Amino acid sequence: MAVLSLFANPHRFMAISKPFAWGFTMLGGGMILYGVYMGLFVAPADVRQGDAARIMFVHVPSMWLSMFAFAFMAGASFVSLIWRHALADVAAKSAAPIGAVFTALGLITGSIWGYPIWGTWWEWDARITSVLILFFIYLGYLAVWQAMETPQKAARAAAILCLVGAANLPIIHFSVDWWNTLHQPATFFTEDNNAPYGFKVPMYIVALGYLSLFGGLTLINMRAEIMMTRAEMMMQRKLAAG
Amino acid sequence: MKLKGAGAAFLRELKLAWSGGGGAALPLGFFAAACSLTPLTLGPESDLLKAAGPGVIWIALALSSLLPMERLFQADLEDGTLDAYAGSGVALEGIAAAKTAAHWVATGLPLALVSPVLWIMLQGPVAAAPMVALISAIGSAAFFFFGAIGAALAAGVRRGGLLIALVALPLYSPAMIFGAAAMYAAAAGGDWGPALMLTAAAALFGVALSPFAAALALRAAID
Repeated sequence: MAVLSLFANPHRFMAISKPFAWGFTMLGGGMILYGVYMGLFVAPADVRQGDAARIMFVHVPSMWLSMFAFAFMAGASFVSLIWRHALADVAAKSAAPIGAVFTALGLITGSIWGYPIWGTWWEWDARITSVLILFFIYLGYLAVWQAMETPQKAARAAAILCLVGAANLPIIHFSVDWWNTLHQPATFFTEDNNAPYGFKVPMYIVALGYLSLFGGLTLINMRAEIMMTRAEMMMQRKLAAG
Repeated sequence: MKLKGAGAAFLRELKLAWSGGGGAALPLGFFAAACSLTPLTLGPESDLLKAAGPGVIWIALALSSLLPMERLFQADLEDGTLDAYAGSGVALEGIAAAKTAAHWVATGLPLALVSPVLWIMLQGPVAAAPMVALISAIGSAAFFFFGAIGAALAAGVRRGGLLIALVALPLYSPAMIFGAAAMYAAAAGGDWGPALMLTAAAALFGVALSPFAAALALRAAID
């Protein structure tokens, strides 16, 4: 818990987070560019799908990130509900739009990949559908933040929704799996990961780049959020002083 | 956790729902009207209605179950009843469960009784009608208890109905999938047991999760 309380103080957070925010963002951008270059020009073409498969270097890591971001938000929501940690709410709120964008990016790139390979822009397949539902859960989460009168109430409600969504996601995932399946099963993160080396390297570089970009952008969002709260407090103090 | 008194809340809620102005019957009208629109768009051919009917009824049932949600906790939050409940020493989890269960009895069960009638009108086999009522009763329990989580989250939000729908509909997916599968199995005269049991599992998960999530959200709404 020592690490948690180290960052509980917004002042200390503001003092040390700036270089990390911009550092992670730029590092992430660089890694993505390098990884995408490797994926497009260095990696071999897929035996069956040819050059069309190269889109996987942006598609697959963004799907990982869409789930990672939600797990991060659920963790932050848990910390916020249990310990009333001052920065946990801000972290969950800041990560949400980025996670939603990665989810949308995954759906869009998947659709672009699906057209030449499956012959359709959209297929009601199990994994596509469960990602779409994840996207709707992201939208609901963002809507809760928008709808509440006070940030304190919004924070509690959003945290509860995030945890309920996290508890339901595996169930939704399996129920959709039983309902219909066309998408290829997972290749990475399985025991017999047999993806060729030339595919693995750019894939992991882009994935780490996404992760770094996610961290950097979340920190930037958190800093903006805290500055906004401070600006509001200054305004109120000024109004009170007349 | 003190639960004595939750029974009284259940009875109070039932009386309010069935007394004049309770509006418990409105979702029934919506359910029937929504299903009756289907032949107007798909056409009255009986083969098409047979193929689409079970799914249409299931979607309409889910949407009708959302209708009572906006006022489920909001009315009590506005007039201070929820504060009284919170101050009474009875666990809010019990209150949330009692209120949701009462609304399911007042609205969900009648929806399940109307469901076979709509089933027959959409050319479903008459022999399966009792099964349809059972499947709808269990499915509506899932819809009500998952919906109650959204209702509690949006209790303090003016015109929160759309927010409830956006929050609750993704959580409906398992009950949507398994319930519709049971309906189609009943339509085909096949074995509807496994799908019905999975629907019941989704409902029970909702019953177990909903009171705790709703009570957390209501505590946040009160203070």
